[in-house]
Amino acid sequence: MTISFTVNGQDRSVDVDPDTPLLWVLRDELRLTGTKFGCGIAQCGACTVYLNGMTRRSCVTPISMVEGSDVTTIEGLSGPEAEAVQAAWTAIDVPQCGYCQSGQVMSATALLQQNGAPTDEDIDNAMAGNICRCATYVRIRQAIHDAAKTLEG
Amino acid sequence: MTRLMMPVALSVVLAFPAAAQDLRAPSEFESIADPSERSAAIFEEMGKVLTHPRCLNCHPKGDSPTQGDDMHPHMPPVVRGAADFGAPGMTCNTCHGPENYETVGVGGIESVPGHEPWSLAPVEMAWTDMSLGEICAQLKDPERNGDRTMDEIHDHMANDGLVGWGWDPGEGRTPAPGSQQLFGQLTRAWIDTGAACPG
Amino acid sequence: MNIHTSRRGFLTGLIVAVALPQLARAEARPGYFNELPALDGDWAPNAFIRVAPDNTVTVLIKHIEFGQGPYTGLTTLVAEELDADWGQMRAAAAPADAEKYANMAFGMQGTGGSSSMANSFMQMRKAGAAARAMLVAAAAEKFGVPADQITIEKGVLKAGDQSASFGELAEAAASQTAPDDPQVKSPDQFRLIGTDLPKVDTKAKTDGQAEFSLDVYLDGMLTAVVAHPPKFGATVASVDDSAALQVAGVQKVAQIPQGVAVYADNTFAALKGRAALEIDWDDSSAETRSTDQMIDQWTAAARATGHAARDWEVEATGDVDQALSGAEMVEATYVFPYLAHTPMEPLDGVIRLGDREADVWMGSQMQTGDVGTLASTLGIQNVRLNTMLAGGSFGRRAQPDAHFAAELGEVAKAHGPGAVKLLWTREDDIQGGYYRPLTVHNIRAALDADGNITAWDHGIAAQPIFIGTPFEGMLQGGPDFSAFEGASELRYTTANHRLRWAQMESPVTTLWWRSVGHSHTGFAVECFVDELLEKAGRDPIEGRLALLGDDHPREKGVLQRVAQMADMSGDFGYGVAVVKSFDSYVAQIAEVEDRGGIPHVRRVWCAVDCGLAVNPNIVRAQMEGGIGYGLSAVLFSEITLDQGGTIRQQNWDSYPIMRIPQMPAVEVEIVQSAEPPTGVGEPGTPPIGPAVANAWRRMTGKALRRLPIVPVA
Repeated sequence: MTISFTVNGQDRSVDVDPDTPLLWVLRDELRLTGTKFGCGIAQCGACTVYLNGMTRRSCVTPISMVEGSDVTTIEGLSGPEAEAVQAAWTAIDVPQCGYCQSGQVMSATALLQQNGAPTDEDIDNAMAGNICRCATYVRIRQAIHDAAKTLEG
Repeated sequence: MTRLMMPVALSVVLAFPAAAQDLRAPSEFESIADPSERSAAIFEEMGKVLTHPRCLNCHPKGDSPTQGDDMHPHMPPVVRGAADFGAPGMTCNTCHGPENYETVGVGGIESVPGHEPWSLAPVEMAWTDMSLGEICAQLKDPERNGDRTMDEIHDHMANDGLVGWGWDPGEGRTPAPGSQQLFGQLTRAWIDTGAACPG
Repeated sequence: MNIHTSRRGFLTGLIVAVALPQLARAEARPGYFNELPALDGDWAPNAFIRVAPDNTVTVLIKHIEFGQGPYTGLTTLVAEELDADWGQMRAAAAPADAEKYANMAFGMQGTGGSSSMANSFMQMRKAGAAARAMLVAAAAEKFGVPADQITIEKGVLKAGDQSASFGELAEAAASQTAPDDPQVKSPDQFRLIGTDLPKVDTKAKTDGQAEFSLDVYLDGMLTAVVAHPPKFGATVASVDDSAALQVAGVQKVAQIPQGVAVYADNTFAALKGRAALEIDWDDSSAETRSTDQMIDQWTAAARATGHAARDWEVEATGDVDQALSGAEMVEATYVFPYLAHTPMEPLDGVIRLGDREADVWMGSQMQTGDVGTLASTLGIQNVRLNTMLAGGSFGRRAQPDAHFAAELGEVAKAHGPGAVKLLWTREDDIQGGYYRPLTVHNIRAALDADGNITAWDHGIAAQPIFIGTPFEGMLQGGPDFSAFEGASELRYTTANHRLRWAQMESPVTTLWWRSVGHSHTGFAVECFVDELLEKAGRDPIEGRLALLGDDHPREKGVLQRVAQMADMSGDFGYGVAVVKSFDSYVAQIAEVEDRGGIPHVRRVWCAVDCGLAVNPNIVRAQMEGGIGYGLSAVLFSEITLDQGGTIRQQNWDSYPIMRIPQMPAVEVEIVQSAEPPTGVGEPGTPPIGPAVANAWRRMTGKALRRLPIVPVA
């Protein structure tokens, strides 16, 4: 079955089993490998992308649902919030193993797009679906606050 | 050896012994002569649906839904948010799509439930920890039922898609008893008999 | 999307990955390479350093990078001796080569025991110092001045008004003689060591460009998943693969010693195919006890001899029985569950099998064993292993039996020549064994009238980790220290002390889990001593300082430091613990709130003495992460078997681990030290559990002796 959608602004068509999760289409078909597999059941957030601008766990998103939609992955993430988040992440060396961090950055950016001055509680609520097994959570909180300050100007 | 137990178990008290439940039709209550008594009895029958985990899980009193037939806290942890649609950065549609999604080849959960729209019931419509009589009174109170008339209540019960999801909840979940059609008929009969509440 | 091309075309074209994190040549920030660049044009003064004409210096890192920081830390050591500019430094994984790249602590190539910095500290500095001497000699020739007039600052050699970069001197330096025993800097000359240099791999780990084993895609590559036995020790009785072979994209099904492998064109087809297999399992050798039954048996074995496969008396001083008899005895039993490591990236690897040779990409933590196992499984000599960045490990990727490499080899062998990626799913990981052993401690002690500990009788029941593996020889016939390290050589002085280890057996496989034995001995010892101090009416910190006597100045140092750091004025519970592990000393104080009967940890103060802190920022990060990892297990995680041997947990929904709302604020201070650097990857983990449990007991009166504290029923 052929499914057409855009990824990071580019038109894409894939001919795959319609039940295939978006995660595996991005990785296996389109070779966009920044989006990671961690659990397959929307428990860990490592596979977070944007679907029509909203956060979405690509591991539980059948590709049939993506027809005609706009997908953004870590490779295509852009805009002031994304830049602020990635700069803050780098400035305090948030990542350890780094495997979950694409998803963390996607969720953090989405949070700041909707809430420019999140509290610790806002951060906890937005990021509770993103597991970091290295437990870099202290720095994730800090970096989101730092990014919010940057965006404030 | 001291070991604490998660509040998981506390809410299980309300969990319905679901499999055995069937829903009776309004006609089965015709033998009750007193309309008010009949009405209350019909509402008790409706209660099998209203207090089923499929309904209660997303009508929570607090800030977070429960999930599963054992009504354990939603995992990952989520909050209701300003629009009953989750937190900015992790809204409900981060995981819940327009329809149920059956997982394939991975373990843990058999399906991620989905429907368009998907959200929590507003907090004023929370049912957890309430008696059937209290739920009944709340359903009739426009302040706490989304400013619905009784006809609109019937429509919600009989036709709303997200309510209907309760009978088509996806792999790994027990459906609500009966059918939405039957539940709609019960609601109609309850209203027509005076919408009395159990004592 | 950035598509960087290689520095000098070192990519062979085999890897089709769209995005690669190579850095443009002029970019003045440190970085790393996924694959080691080709040597042509580079100057290689020794096995660890390559200086390119473009003035980049690449350090070959013999240890796997999975977040603990060797890419940055070991590169720092070389940069220090070279007086390089940090922006010109690069890191790359060293090839698998036990002769050149052995861990000095193991005698083979591998990472573990928090040893990366400790075993590399002098080796990498000498490598840097040797290169420096050769560069200086080349500059002296070029400038026409004596070598002692050459200075180096930020990667530029100078004498008078003459100057040259490393890149400019590389060719001339190559013809210099490497010094036999190069002089390294004295600590007062350090400019980079001891500073918070930015990590070389951070940028690529924030923009999705970092490449893990999962991200390796080769031309024509199939993806394989394996149906593993649902119970420990079960084997395949029969398999019906007809439905699996009907799945579009499934190419092959093969029975291998580890289970049944399904090969497909893509991951989803492989998963779908595996789900369609119908397998009858032979449970006749399987573990069928429930973990509840095992806990009962382990408890009996911890309390008395005669209940174990073998009872070992590990230590005995004085006369414990005599000292306990008639005294007022305090006794406690502690139960620790099996724990899975669950690194974010499940086990995975890629192999391309050719004609009597193979290339392998995997997050190998023990390269020597993995290469040897691949070679013997495949019956070939030539196995080239690319050590990839790995998405966490916490011990999981260091396998004495090289079981994943063996499975990868079997998968390749059953397939034949070609490329295959082997992927474990999360439930393969959580149900796949190699757990922190289920362990029961029983401790009996006696106090005298002054509150001094007069006897300490300690029994531990646990399966071994080393015994039964190729590493058993290390023990030289002795007991498996992984079961009791941290309970042996008890720091709290008592004249009458006995330590027993009851060696338990089960088909459930076991492995070291971040901090190994200390993950439970730290809890048992620090909780029990805290109870004894409370019974004796002594302060938990002053009491510990007194018990530690004069022989443990570094434990006392971190205890005193953490006591200064902590603000214990809140209306919460406060608990302390101090644990020495992997030659580092860590004390922590936890602030704990009672949230509806469940402990919520609000803040943690942590003091660490790890000798010289090469990169204090990484040390702090490892303490933060170690605390989160330890707390996760103490609060939530356990692997349990139902009666019959079915594993109850499958994924993170039923094996909960710490998420951000549960993470406390953490404050870390590093005790200044001139001692050589010691480990930081693991030592942050052991103290947090007892610190929390002690806080809870002092607040509520309830001792927490069975973990996790908050089981999911």
